[in-house]
Amino acid sequence: MLAKRIIPCLDIKNGRTVKGVNFEQLRDAGDPVELGCRYVTEGADELVFLDITATHEKRKTLSKLAKKIARHLNIPFTIGGGIQSIEDADLLLNAGADKISINSAAVRDPDLISRLADQFGSQFVVVAVDAKEVNGEWLVHLNGGRIATAYKLLDWVKESENRGAGEILFTSMNNDGTKAGFACDALAAVSDQVGIPVIASGGAGNMEHFYDVFTRGKADAGLAASIFHFKEIEICDLKKYLADQQIPVRL
Amino acid sequence: MNIRIIDYNAGNVQSVLFALERIGISAELTNDIDKIRSADKVIFPGVGEAKNTMAYLRETGLADAIYHLKQPTLGICLGMQLLCQHSEEGDTDCLNIIPLKVKKFRATDAGEKIPHIGWNKIMFEKNTPLFQKNESGDYAYFVHSYYVEAGDYTTATCDYILPFSAALQKDNFYATQFHPEKSGDVGERILKEFINL
Repeated sequence: MLAKRIIPCLDIKNGRTVKGVNFEQLRDAGDPVELGCRYVTEGADELVFLDITATHEKRKTLSKLAKKIARHLNIPFTIGGGIQSIEDADLLLNAGADKISINSAAVRDPDLISRLADQFGSQFVVVAVDAKEVNGEWLVHLNGGRIATAYKLLDWVKESENRGAGEILFTSMNNDGTKAGFACDALAAVSDQVGIPVIASGGAGNMEHFYDVFTRGKADAGLAASIFHFKEIEICDLKKYLADQQIPVRL
Repeated sequence: MNIRIIDYNAGNVQSVLFALERIGISAELTNDIDKIRSADKVIFPGVGEAKNTMAYLRETGLADAIYHLKQPTLGICLGMQLLCQHSEEGDTDCLNIIPLKVKKFRATDAGEKIPHIGWNKIMFEKNTPLFQKNESGDYAYFVHSYYVEAGDYTTATCDYILPFSAALQKDNFYATQFHPEKSGDVGERILKEFINL
């Protein structure tokens, strides 16, 4: 049976892992490769590295980082942050990235999903979707939830799938940072809407939340950052707990 | 020992090189037919699309070279599928080294997602040198939308929608549908066994 995946996410700025309760209080949290290796030892199934650097040098530093990660990690990883073109993606593929994640660029230019899937295959293309529930309607947002778009969540994930996305990484902006649980109803609706795997993100605070997201939320993978980073939940404990609850996980 | 990885227009060959590096093996990426023929071991990796890749392999003469290899050769993912007879992906005639067919996954209920992405159990069906250090039921990392049917040369199966070939062996040709280079310690043990053949 296919195991449900636990995926720690690392935010990267200028080649270093950063952590902060909000974007104004970023603290250096060490070398991404070292932290990645720690997660692998603890039982992570995959890793996501999200680059939040906003400089012209970004492209070069990101592919250098991807290469370093690929050299050291023996599990798959996704890298994202500012990928806008076939050329950006090609650099990361050649550096050894297993998947790339695209977000705002895909909303601004949906054909980018098709071009990436044609060039590199669907398995390489993760479409990350940030959505917020506004007046009972889930709308896709950009720039970390600050800019609303006209896209309805379910329409956008379907379009992403039709254009060749291999996976959907859905972050609920309502839940992100709350530690009050994932947006299970919206996640289940997304999962029912598409025939590709769905990675749930936003709201993980305890182990039960992961149980909920894999059952009620119908997610294929659960992603979280701070709870793993600050060791509020140890990945190996989480997986043992899930196995006890009859959720298939890789132990 | 000369370990050579076939470098063709498919993605992520670099990962295999890094995985070997982690277990202390240096290997060479090459598309030079003479070098591939004279290698002690050959790895035929692959992430990509069957039809275009087969066309490329035929044009460059790599198809014929692979077909006649006598040394231990390991096909990974698309590499495994291309060793087979025919693929539904682009209705492609493959290398026909292993007489099995490659088919597309079709979901039978809404909960079944395609591609098959993630960690799944590999169940050993036959004794093969590659799995000596692993146990039946170990998890390996898969990412694919097409699968090789289970048949005579299947050494391990995996169950997703239906039981399919997770690994194959025919004579000097070994193959895995999963990615040993991305399958943690389980995968590293398999790569080591292949290198030690």
